[in-house]
Amino acid sequence: MMTETEFGPALYTRRKSIAVAGSGLLAALAVLMLPDAALAKTADVNKWLAQQLPGTPSPGKVTIDAPDIAENGNTVPITISVDSPMTEQNYVKTIIMAADGNPLPGVAIFELSPANGKASVDFRIRLAQTEKVTAVAQMSDGSLWTASRVIKVTIGGCGG
Amino acid sequence: MPNPIQNVETRLRVPSTATKGEIIEIKTLISHPMYSGFTKDSAGKTIPRDIINTFAVTYNGRPVFKMTLQPAISANPFIAFSVVADQTGTFDFTWTDDNGAAYKDQAQITVS
Repeated sequence: MMTETEFGPALYTRRKSIAVAGSGLLAALAVLMLPDAALAKTADVNKWLAQQLPGTPSPGKVTIDAPDIAENGNTVPITISVDSPMTEQNYVKTIIMAADGNPLPGVAIFELSPANGKASVDFRIRLAQTEKVTAVAQMSDGSLWTASRVIKVTIGGCGG
Repeated sequence: MPNPIQNVETRLRVPSTATKGEIIEIKTLISHPMYSGFTKDSAGKTIPRDIINTFAVTYNGRPVFKMTLQPAISANPFIAFSVVADQTGTFDFTWTDDNGAAYKDQAQITVS
């Protein structure tokens, strides 16, 4: 018999971190917040994206699923999916994401292959403030596709 | 060198069975604080960066997923993705942090 490992109701550290965040959040915010000058700008985002995937992406094929308004910038759920087959002939090779209001522009790089069957990834990110996130996907033929969206943040994830 | 992160736990949700060719969803979670290097402790001292920087998955030894994480990934990274279940076997999951620690987990699947 194979057993299925399940998620528990919550990890110890998660519970602990939520408790800490709840109690000390307001006091900590003032200390943790970085001045705007330290945050990445659109130019940094474009530079980082071009370093990972050189070329000019066309708008389309990429979908960023995220809340329009994120109450907690420390953990904003993101789904990036790409409208593409995942066959040996035609598949999504790489997906990258950047954000223009964090201390660093890069967020994540995913390497995919036909073994994935579906070009979709779920993860959670930190956003220091209301900002624009951009995803770029590279197909197996080398073509680049992109999408962007602004996510409003009520309480910034100052951890950047 | 910063101290290694203590009490790191990993959680997986992988279907135990699948039909051949089925696209299954794999969900993963690791308890890790993901110190971004931009936060300060209560004494006002900067906490050195220590994040999970790489997450890699193999399926019977074949790489099927790789993610490079930046400090903008939330603490306790949750990562979900899809895989085509084409053979009975083992998924191996490896998370590596800035401190060089590698956290591993494993899941079995029976494909019929």
